[in-house]
Order: sequence, then structure tokens, then C-alpha cells
Amino acid sequence: MDPRRASRTVSDPKIRQVGFFAPPPDRSFSGPPDPISTSTPNPAAATTTAAAANTSSPPPISDLSPSGNSLSPVMIPPPRHSSDTTHRPVPFPPVSPLRRDTLSLTVGSYNNNNNNIISSSPTASFYDESKGITVKVSPTPAASSFPGGGFDLTAVKASSVPASGLTTVSVVKTLPPGFTETIVEKVGGSVEMQNDLPANSKPLKERTSKAERRALQEAQRAAKAAAKAEGSKLSATTSGAVASANAKPTKATKPSSQKNDSATVASSEKKGGDRPPEKDRKKDAPHPRMQYDDKSRVEKAKRRAVVKQTEARNRVELFRHLPQYEHGTQLPDLESKFFQLDPVHPVVYKVGLQYISGDISGGNARCIAMLQAFQEAIKDYSTPDEKTLTRDLTAKINSYVSFLNECRPLSISMGNAIRFLKNRIAKLPLTLSESEAKAFLQSDIEQFISEKIILADKVIVKHAVTKIRDGDVLLTHGSSSAVEMILLHAHELGKQFRVVIVDSRPKLEGQLLLRRLVGKGLSCTYANINAVSYIMHEVTRVFLGASSVLSNGTVYSRVGTACVAMVAHEFRVPVLVCCEAYKFHERVQLDSICSNELGDPDAISKVPGREDINYLDGCTNSENLQLLNLIYDATPSDYVSMIVTDYGMVPPTSVPVIVREYCRDQVWI
Amino acid sequence: MSELAVGNIVRRVLHIIREEDHSNTRDAVEGFRLSVGGDNDYIVEQDHLNLSVAAQSSLCRPSLHALLERSPDSATTYFTATTEDDSEEKRKSLDPNARSLEFRRKVISAVNDLIEDINTCHLVIAELAVEHIHHNEVILTFGRSRTVKEFLCAAKEKKRSFGLFVAEGAPKYQGHLLAKELAARGLQTTVITDSAVFAMISRVNMVIVGVHAVMANGGVIGPVGLNMVALAARKHAVPFVVVTGTHKLCPLYPNNPEVSLNEMRSPSEVLSFEEFSDCMDYRIGTGAPQLHVGNPSFDYVPPELVSLFITDIGGYYPSYMYRLIADYYSSDDLVIQQKPAS
Repeated sequence: MDPRRASRTVSDPKIRQVGFFAPPPDRSFSGPPDPISTSTPNPAAATTTAAAANTSSPPPISDLSPSGNSLSPVMIPPPRHSSDTTHRPVPFPPVSPLRRDTLSLTVGSYNNNNNNIISSSPTASFYDESKGITVKVSPTPAASSFPGGGFDLTAVKASSVPASGLTTVSVVKTLPPGFTETIVEKVGGSVEMQNDLPANSKPLKERTSKAERRALQEAQRAAKAAAKAEGSKLSATTSGAVASANAKPTKATKPSSQKNDSATVASSEKKGGDRPPEKDRKKDAPHPRMQYDDKSRVEKAKRRAVVKQTEARNRVELFRHLPQYEHGTQLPDLESKFFQLDPVHPVVYKVGLQYISGDISGGNARCIAMLQAFQEAIKDYSTPDEKTLTRDLTAKINSYVSFLNECRPLSISMGNAIRFLKNRIAKLPLTLSESEAKAFLQSDIEQFISEKIILADKVIVKHAVTKIRDGDVLLTHGSSSAVEMILLHAHELGKQFRVVIVDSRPKLEGQLLLRRLVGKGLSCTYANINAVSYIMHEVTRVFLGASSVLSNGTVYSRVGTACVAMVAHEFRVPVLVCCEAYKFHERVQLDSICSNELGDPDAISKVPGREDINYLDGCTNSENLQLLNLIYDATPSDYVSMIVTDYGMVPPTSVPVIVREYCRDQVWI
Repeated sequence: MSELAVGNIVRRVLHIIREEDHSNTRDAVEGFRLSVGGDNDYIVEQDHLNLSVAAQSSLCRPSLHALLERSPDSATTYFTATTEDDSEEKRKSLDPNARSLEFRRKVISAVNDLIEDINTCHLVIAELAVEHIHHNEVILTFGRSRTVKEFLCAAKEKKRSFGLFVAEGAPKYQGHLLAKELAARGLQTTVITDSAVFAMISRVNMVIVGVHAVMANGGVIGPVGLNMVALAARKHAVPFVVVTGTHKLCPLYPNNPEVSLNEMRSPSEVLSFEEFSDCMDYRIGTGAPQLHVGNPSFDYVPPELVSLFITDIGGYYPSYMYRLIADYYSSDDLVIQQKPAS
């Protein structure tokens, strides 16, 4: 198809810039005037303001551009020392020495108590005082500021309703007011939980004994290697390798005391750039995930399951390797078991229920909810006698994770967060008392959330708003928290642009985003994904969110994203994917079939709001007819122009580099 | 403006009428040539006159109305000049009124043939199905088309077992209906959402769709979303096959088809009015509405994305379709003149 635009932005040859640059604050160099601005449906407003804005850039924008010097590329900083555990390492990585200090953190500002203050110029501070964290950001013209105002970091209390707080991150569906009442009614439920208990405890015991032996082996090997090595270098690498071996979620390995000692000794000299020796590097290959067409493993998993699932009868052959269960039966069943809590902490239970019902959806929201639930669980945890904290706590976390997995398969962001947490638990020095250890872990989780998710989102917004110009028509698909924040922030900065929201069945998440944006005053167009070829003629940029970006540059995101990116590529429209770095994963995937999530098939046969469309009522059990409800799909990297992360704006090929340099041992520095 | 098939049929009928007339003229002219050999001066003069009249009428194309309601005089001048030839006997002996009646009868029977063709085109196409669909194939289709349905069922009759993905085709959701009908006929069908097309197309062997209209350059106008499917098919090198009857072949070239050949349907199919009634009233500074909803019903697929057309006269490559226009349409009819109101 011919390119629809007469001229794309052509930079003046005299100042040819290579790489990703933020536009210079003086807009007079930025290419020919947009032909787009004359064709938007806000003719009067757009052209006049576009003409005005092109010549005089509003001052706050230049304040906020992350690379203050217009000619500096946004670089990935060199790898840093992954200094270890005991004290919080982390100043936030400085992206480039030339970067303006709008978000600079003072070194050592993160300490154990929760008074983290990231200071810069006089600001609007927000966040909930109940957590004692204030995060200040640089001024925006509208002091009401960040859509992160919707971020409410109140801890998940068993009786409160967190969903209403996390508006920008999750789907807004407040729990039905009668939630607690319905649970009370169903107390007289079955006593199946009791039967599950002995089954649960037995495999725990088996795993402990195997892990004991294995831990001894590792310790011996570590000791041998330490004795052989010239400096502490090698021991650092073995401890690193051992720690990464610990991080595998499916193997419940528990570190022994000897390993912890070697880790603490070696930590100070460990350099991030060292490569582990060859034999340990093999262990770093990601463990293949469970394939559900392997009958024996499915049976084993079922025996340990907390949530009763019945497999769906009408399954698509192509997806036999993915779990598919009858929907609609899990929620009432679990609700009735709410008061027989035993293996599962009530907060975790509640989060699981929210996953099943769809009240919490979206990578960030699910991850935050899970981590906060774990914080609560750790707070209430007490070590039983004759058990070490690390081992027992890890086992408990594993059981919670498998429960959540049964409620709804884990997203990649959640998987990374869990590996981080387990890594932290493993690295706890043994000299700590229980309460100190618990406090450490809680603050670790807190730091992970605020750094890797909240702050990362802010950095992404800062980078991405530089790519929005006046007169732009921006297209987005579904509802992504990062993209929503970008749009709202750009609107607050006073940029004139239009938004096109493309929505897809069956979740129709775009409608929620549409409501929120229209409420804030953005001018929006809404279309079904089928109309994307029609609407793409007017679009200048496409912003997409991602559930994860894999190491071959493939963007793993909500189903329909690939179609949008493909059509945008066809029309020569740039596609920007906004994804926090903690969601990156070392896995690779070629198409959407290898790994996916299957949703409820009934959601396809029913069309909400259109009662005349009822052809498929009652057909879900026909033997020839199957309904396939995919949740995710994989967008090939050639359709993606740029990925905006908290490490900067990078091409898709840089993702494995970020994974390797910054995610070693799940330390995430 | 979007129901192109109507215009096609009108043009076909006009073409039939012209053809009939043309064949009558041709025979008359031939009769002239044969009879001019006589050396009767009077006759020659008369012949020349009539020949010129005949030539003139064939060149300047009298209005069709005149053709059908031809006045007896002109008909007589046409035919009485041919005295010698035997094959003209029949015509000569006919009464002028009967002659025009004969002409009309021929036109009517030709139009009946056309109706028959249109009604049975999908059966003819379905006979070609067995050449294209083989065992263990996976086929993707979009929305609902009767031609495609018959095509697939014919392959099933021939005991080819294949799997089928049906994309539902929002906002009409005709794909649901098609899937139900095909499952009832015993085909292994899976319904997917339109957004999942790119995800599934890597496992698909062929895409077969029915369309609304075929343009003269080989591009197609189809249900909205078809361009997305065609692009995905090209990316994965999957053949994109269009099954269509020739009555859908339109002699026009598409110019800005997304706008001029499109039809916008009610937004309520996409966005429920009840839920969004509060948002409908928002206005931005200039008074323009803040919320727009787009619901086009057609999509244009350029000819580069189509691999094959299967029609009732055989299979063709998109760049060949313009040749078929000459068979079915007269060049005068391409722009249908509006009669002035007075």
C-alpha cells in the first residue's frame, strides 16, 4: 500500500541526528509543518494551536525532557556493581551524565526505614501518607499532576477494597458491596480443605529432604571452588550461579547456611560483568514451563491443587499444551472455602479471588496486588519450631504462588517479581532475628514496587511525552496503564492531540480507557479492531503497552496488538511499545501458540449489549464447534519501532542486553 | 453508493440489450453485403441508403428506449431492403411489431439466463473446491458468505477432512452464524475473535473469503477487517483466495475507496449508547464533540494482497480481472447518465 502521508518528518540534513533523540526544546528545527494538523477533526483548534506551539515551545517541556542536551543519545548505562543484600543498594541508575536532574535520586536515599524522599525542585507530592512514602516529582503546569494519583499504595487489608484505589493500573470494577456478606452466607460449605492438608504437607517434606542433599552438594562444590580460586572472584561467580539456580520457581531449592556465608563474603567484590564458568552457565537456561498435555505431570499438579478445577470438555487441539478449565465453577467454590483458610493466607486468598473474577487485571496491577499480599503474609508469618526462616518461608511462598497460579495463570511480570522475592529470601543473612528478617523483606518488596513499577512508569512517561507533538493523532489498543499515564500527562502539559482507541473482543478493555480519558478532557475516537485499516490513514503514532517483551524482541501483549502493529507498519506509522524493564524476560517465542493463556470460551458466544447476536447460545457443547478465546499474542519485533522503558528508549534488539546486564540473579540493579 | 452489485446488474442488462441489438444489426449488414451484388440501380441506391442508415444507427447508438420501442417505419427500412437472401426471408416476412417483440423476447430470455447464473453461481464455484482444498488443511475464513459456505461443504462432500477457523467479523458477528451452520454440517470449526487472526494465521494453510464487490483493478471491497486479514496472510505467505460470482465484478476503478465506497453504520453497534450516554455530551472548546465513534462497514483490499479469484468462469489472477469487463459490460454504460429532471 502506498504511504498515505505526503512527507514524514524529515530532519534538516545540517543537523542530522542518528539514534533516538529527544527533540530540541526549540521546535523550529523540527521538520516540515505537520500535514496532519490540517486534517484533524478539530480544525480550528488544532491548526491555530499547532502553529503557535511549533514556534514557541512551552517552557515546562524543556524542563522535563530527560536528556537536557538535545544532541545526546539516550544510552544504556554501563553495568553496575551488584552489591549485595544487607543494605539497600540502589540509587536509581543515572541514564546519562548529561541527564537533567529532574528525577535524580540522592545516593543512599533508600534505606531501611520507609522515608524515601526523592527530591528535586518544589513539587507536588502525592502518595498516601499511610505508607510514609512521599515521592516528589518536578512541576507540571497542572499541579494536580500525575495520574499516578490514582495509585493508592494502601496495603491490602482484608476488609478494604483496594481495587478502587488502583484505578489507573487495573480495571475499574468495584467489588460488589455485598461481598463480605455473601461469604458469610456460604460459610456452611464443604470441608474439603481438610482433606487437602495432608496431601499438601507430604510433598513439602519430600522436597525438603531432597533439597537438603542438594544443598550439601552445592556447599561442597562452593567450598572447593573457593579454595581453588585466586581471589574472591570465582566464589562470587559460583555464589551468583548458585543464587540463580535458586531462583527457579518450579524447583523448591533451599539454600543452606554455608552458601549464605560464601555469598556475603564474596558480595563486596562481585562485579556485574563477570561471566560464570561454563558449567554453571548451563543452569542459567530458563527451565521449560509445564506443558499441560503431559498427563502424568498434570495429575501430580491436580493432586496438590487447592482450587478445584474441572477441565473444559471442548478443547481446541492446537492448544492442548495449555490449561483450560471450566470457568464459572471456581469462584463460588472458592468463596465458600474462605473461612477454611489453612494453607493460604486470607489476603492471598482474596487476591486470588479477584484474579478469577477479573476485578484486577493488567500486568502491573496484578503484580502489585500480589506483592502487597505477600507483604501482609510475611508480616503475619512466624517461623515454626525446628525450621529455618528461609526454607520455610520459601515453601510458604511457593504454596501461595501455586494457589494464585491455579486461580489464573501467572503473568510474566508476576513471575519476575516472585523470582526476585525468592532471591531476596535466599540471601537473607542468618544472623538476623526473625522480626528483622521480616522487616527487611517487607521493605525489599516495598522498594521493588516503588522502584520497578511506580518510578519506572514515571520515567517511561517522561521519555514518551517527548515523542508526542501537537497535532498528533495517537492510536492505542486496549487499555494499558503506561500508555494511559503518558496520554494524561501529555494532555496536562498542554499538548494538542487526538487519541484513537482501538478495542477488541471479548474483554473490551478499551471502553474503560475511553471513559477515563474522556472524563479528563481528551478528544477521543473509538473503533473496533476491524476498523483499524480505515482509521490508520489519519494516525501519526501508535502507542502500545506490553505484558512482557521477550529476548528475541517479540512483544507479548494483549491479543490484537499484533494486528494493530502490523497495520501500522503497513501504513508506515511508528509503533512505540511502553514496557517497564522488570517485565522483560529471557524466554524466546516465535508465535502466539507456544505459550498463551486461554480464557473463557463463553465470553465469545455472548456479545454484551447485543441480544440479537445469539447464534451460538447453547452451542458450546457441540462436538464440531469450538470457541477459542486467546488472551495474549506475540508481535514480531520488526513491527516495533522503539521500546520505551525505564532504562531509556531502546530498539527491540536491546532487550536481551538489558536482561543480561541488569537482571542477573534477579537482583535488578 | 455502496451497493455496487446493483449497478453491475443494471450494466449487464444494458449490455445484453446492446448485444442483441448489435447482433441484429450485424446480420442486417451482412444481408446488405450479400444483396449489393445485384445490379439494379434502384436497389443499389436504396441499399446504399439503408446501409448508411444501418451503419449510422450502429455507430451513434440510439437510446435503448428507442431500441426496444423501435417505430415500425425504421424497422421496415431496415429489413425490407434485403430481398434476395434466403436467410432474410424469415425476418422479411415478419410484421414489424412482431419483430420488436421478437427482439424483446430475446432480451428477456438473456436476462433470465443472467438471473439463473446469479442464483447458481455458488454451485458452479463449489465444483472447483476439490481442486483447492486437500486433506488435513487448515482454512481461515472471515465473516459469512454463502459462496464460501457452499465451497467448503462441497469439499467436505468429497471426503476431504480439514479444519476451519472462522473469524467472527464484528460488528455484525456473521461468523457465529456461519460457524454454527458449518458445524451442523459436520465440519470441524473453531470460532476466533478478529483480534486473534494474526495469532492463529501462522497455523493456517489458506484463507478463503467472500467479498462484497470486485473492482476493475482486481482490488476487493469486503467486510470491515478484511484488509487486516489479508495483510496477516501476506506476512505469513498464506494464499488469500477470494470466491465470487461474476455479477460482483464492477467495471469501476477504485478511487479513495475507504471513503467513497464505504458506508458508516450506527455507532451503537460498537459502543452501547446506554453505557456511554454521559460521555456523549462532552464538548471540547470549539464545541465539537469530544467523542467520535467510527463504524465503517467495508474495507478495501488492494490487488497485491489477493492471490487468486475463483469465479464461476474459472480461476483468475487479480491483474486479469479487467479483461473480463469487456465481456460483460459495454463501455458506454460505465457512467450511467442521470436524466435531467426536466
